[in-house]
Amino acid sequence: MKTISALNDFVVRFANVNGTGSASANNLFAKAIFRMGIPVSPKNIFPSNIQGLPTWYEVRISESGYTGRRGGVDMVVCVNPQSLPEDIASVEPGGFFLYDNSKPLHDEHHRDDIHYLGIPLTSICLREYTDPRQRLLFKNVIYVGALAALLDIEFPVLTGLIEDQFKGKEKLQAPNVHALELGYSYAREHFDCPLPIRVERRDSIGERILVDGNTATGLGAIYGGATLAAWYPITPSTSVVEAFEKYCNRLRIDPGTGKKNFAVVQAEDELSAMGMAIGGGWNGARAFTATSGPGISLMSEFLGLAYFAEVPAVLVDVQRAGPSTGMPTRTQQSDILACAYASHGDTRHPLLIPSSPQECFEFMAQAFDLAEQLQTPVILLSDLDLGMNDHLSEPLQWHEGRKFRRGKVLDHDQLEALEEPFGRYLDVDGDGIPQRTLPGTHPTRGAFFTRGTSRDEYARYTEKSDAYVKNMDRLTRKWQTARTMVPASRLQESAVATSLGVLFFGTSRESTLEAVDQLAAENIYLDCLQLMAFPFDDIAERFIESHSIVFVVEQNRDGQMRSLIMNELNAAPEKLVPVLNYDGYPITARFVADAIAVKLSREPQGETVGKKVVGKVVGGAL
Amino acid sequence: MSYLKPGFSHPHHQQNNLGLYRKDYEGALSTLCAGCGHDSVSAAIVQACFEADVEPHRVAKLSGIGCSSKTPNYFLNHAHGFNSVHGRMPSVATGACMANRELIYVGVSGDGDTASIGMGQFAHVARRNLNMVYLVENNGCYGLTKGQDSATTDMGSVSKAGRASPFESIDLVALALQLGATYVARGFSGDKEQLVPLIRGALAHRGFAFIDIISPCVTFNNNPGSTKGYEYVREHMQAVGQADFIPVREEVTASYEPGCSVEVALHDGSVCLNKIDPELDISDRASALRLLDSYKERGEILTGLLHVDRDSEDLHDTLETADRPLRDLSEQDLCPGQVALDSINQSCR
Ligand SMILES: Cc1ncc(C[n+]2csc(CCOP(=O)(O)OP(=O)(O)O)c2C)c(N)n1
Ligand code: SF4
Ligand SMILES: [Mg+2]
Repeated sequence: MKTISALNDFVVRFANVNGTGSASANNLFAKAIFRMGIPVSPKNIFPSNIQGLPTWYEVRISESGYTGRRGGVDMVVCVNPQSLPEDIASVEPGGFFLYDNSKPLHDEHHRDDIHYLGIPLTSICLREYTDPRQRLLFKNVIYVGALAALLDIEFPVLTGLIEDQFKGKEKLQAPNVHALELGYSYAREHFDCPLPIRVERRDSIGERILVDGNTATGLGAIYGGATLAAWYPITPSTSVVEAFEKYCNRLRIDPGTGKKNFAVVQAEDELSAMGMAIGGGWNGARAFTATSGPGISLMSEFLGLAYFAEVPAVLVDVQRAGPSTGMPTRTQQSDILACAYASHGDTRHPLLIPSSPQECFEFMAQAFDLAEQLQTPVILLSDLDLGMNDHLSEPLQWHEGRKFRRGKVLDHDQLEALEEPFGRYLDVDGDGIPQRTLPGTHPTRGAFFTRGTSRDEYARYTEKSDAYVKNMDRLTRKWQTARTMVPASRLQESAVATSLGVLFFGTSRESTLEAVDQLAAENIYLDCLQLMAFPFDDIAERFIESHSIVFVVEQNRDGQMRSLIMNELNAAPEKLVPVLNYDGYPITARFVADAIAVKLSREPQGETVGKKVVGKVVGGAL
Repeated sequence: MSYLKPGFSHPHHQQNNLGLYRKDYEGALSTLCAGCGHDSVSAAIVQACFEADVEPHRVAKLSGIGCSSKTPNYFLNHAHGFNSVHGRMPSVATGACMANRELIYVGVSGDGDTASIGMGQFAHVARRNLNMVYLVENNGCYGLTKGQDSATTDMGSVSKAGRASPFESIDLVALALQLGATYVARGFSGDKEQLVPLIRGALAHRGFAFIDIISPCVTFNNNPGSTKGYEYVREHMQAVGQADFIPVREEVTASYEPGCSVEVALHDGSVCLNKIDPELDISDRASALRLLDSYKERGEILTGLLHVDRDSEDLHDTLETADRPLRDLSEQDLCPGQVALDSINQSCR
């Protein structure tokens, strides 16, 4: 029988029942690998349910630093009888299946191309513990202990993590370490340890951290100066505001009075949450809301108002699988069109698309600058995978002395000094962005009536067509200005000149870059472009122009980004080849590589792949 | 009416304590139908703000959509206004108020805007006790979309089209009482002498001050058989919860029969003298609700100040937000710096 043999390069998948405390044990496992200096990437695959349904936790270990999903599983740790058949089926030939053998496995579950590792987890717990809750919880810790022996995880790293986790609750440390030891010694006594798949200490992490995108987004809001968060709970965005509030309670308490330099309002629905953010932005606070697809639908009317009335606001959309309630605990990139053009009439909104927690932090902070500078709602387009899973990320950084860019807001003295009457919607300097004033600034100057109906440059109601057209054209000019202000696309050129390109964004990044490496090994070369924002910049436009085929990788059924590119850049549809994953799981490198290889084998240019030389494309480095 | 007139002859040439004239409180020329009740409400707001020495630019005017919601354009020219989306003024007002606790927030809505599409937001802004004045210009119909019944159209009330409303109506005053509004009154656009002191009381109140103002739509709902027309309201209105507003500086001169009046001290030290039905205990929501019911049964419209809870916490109190307006906080107040970030980074290793 074949046996998978791998050092620091394999995938382990845990199959648990949700609500049984497995999350913290699985996290312990991933964190231990991380602390051994090996790049790791955990993905939580969970049901829309609080207790009792199957949940999986997939950990990719990759010394080479590939942190997207690879595809396939080398080892399954199965503690959930409900999902046992599919878990057995999911193991790669030559892989390992660790299971609770307190009850024998039925013959029908036998595969002769994988290795079975039975540990009597339930029996050990029954013997060791009397309290049913402890039996449930420590079962998870025991299998982590067993994995330490099987995969050669340094035991002191695990005990160190237990100490960190139970700081201040020292009484809980010893029982946890004991449970680890139970598993560890069982595995040593019964199996040949370590297995042919194992880990070994490296120094490949550097300064990087392991954090989820939503926490980083919440922190970005704090550093970006947000003072008002208005929200309505919805998975997977809830933890954005929770993180904001948690860290605000530590970092934003006024030292003199003990009062809060922030407000969090739980609204009655997303319509209201958006309205509050807009009201706050109109009145000069940096305000935001966070939601997911269903909330975007509800917020659309308000987004149109903020676009047309030119009110800053920041909206975080942590996308999940739609339409409707869809698969609320699965990931997708399927709100692109809904966000880009949210609302009726001619509307468009800047989108910032992070692909790592560090970018969540940076873009969220930047979103407040852009919203105020452009006087428009700005949407941070994240997704469930990025938001709720831990990712290996560059550390969060803030340049001391960085100022908030508040845009063209006239204060009392500037109003006093005006020689012409103040015109709220006058394009004073040609960039399409007018000047604004805040309520309460000046007793007699600068007040205006904000409205969603058409108005002239002095904010006076009008139904005159030319005034309406002039205003809409100025908004288009403003959009052109936005194009130069949003984060630039990132380019990575192939070592071998090629006319093929691949374009991706957000959480498709890691898997796509890995696929590009795999394809290069097969002499298929691709230049890469990562879109960071909408509106699309010149770099993106030139990339598409200068390649004969551009694969567009996205996680939705309809190729929404492809449609947006066709619409906005007038790109030829034949040139843009969709690579679409929409099963709700984070996209895998295998999927991307296979899809591109298959599509190329059908393309007439297939033979000239990687050999055609085209002009160099310039731009930011990936 | 016992509304206390300021002691001067020609109000248009009179200055208030800020040295401002009444015209400093006016707005753009109204485009509503001649005789529309809403214009009288705007005039009452102008009058109340003038008398109360409100600095016009320290007011933020907010509204939804409707004829009523257009009116913030017709008063306080020097105040910023926000004509938002239909039924959603409360959320915009909430965000605005959170951003700057120092301004005065005056929201104007309609019965359609509040009792139908905006019912949810109205309920929640009331229960959060947002510090604002919330006025509904209630004409029992959708004026701007040409006269359809609204949720406050009384059952049996006949529209201009001649149809009697088949549905139970929503009484916004009862609702506001149940939802925890801390200043609740009903007025009539046609009775400025009652309305101005009610608005002044609302401006002085800290917390959610709600006034349901019956404000006839002359174009679509002023016909015989309508219960929101001028004639009907004049005939059926009972000003039992009537208020006199007495600013801090002025001596209390009005006097009522003992047992029939109550003084309500407001936050700025001013007083509302309320001549009341002996059944009404102004601090007791339940008594106001009972009274509303009994008047309704008799086919009478109860107006005046019905409930005040002076000592309630507003949303800023509840959330313990800073004393300084959040919008005025700087990088220094808001941005914790790299040191804090380093320790967060460290906790993620
Ligand atoms: C979302 C939405 N739906 C419908 C409308 C159309 N609309 C405008 S005003 C209005 C009713 C206004 O009634 P009310 O609030 O009572 O104001 P009035 O005109 O009677 O003062 C309606 C339905 C709209 N503007 N927005
Ligand atoms: S339609 Fe009715 S509510 Fe609207 S302005 Fe005319 S009278 Fe007033
Ligand atoms: Mg109405």
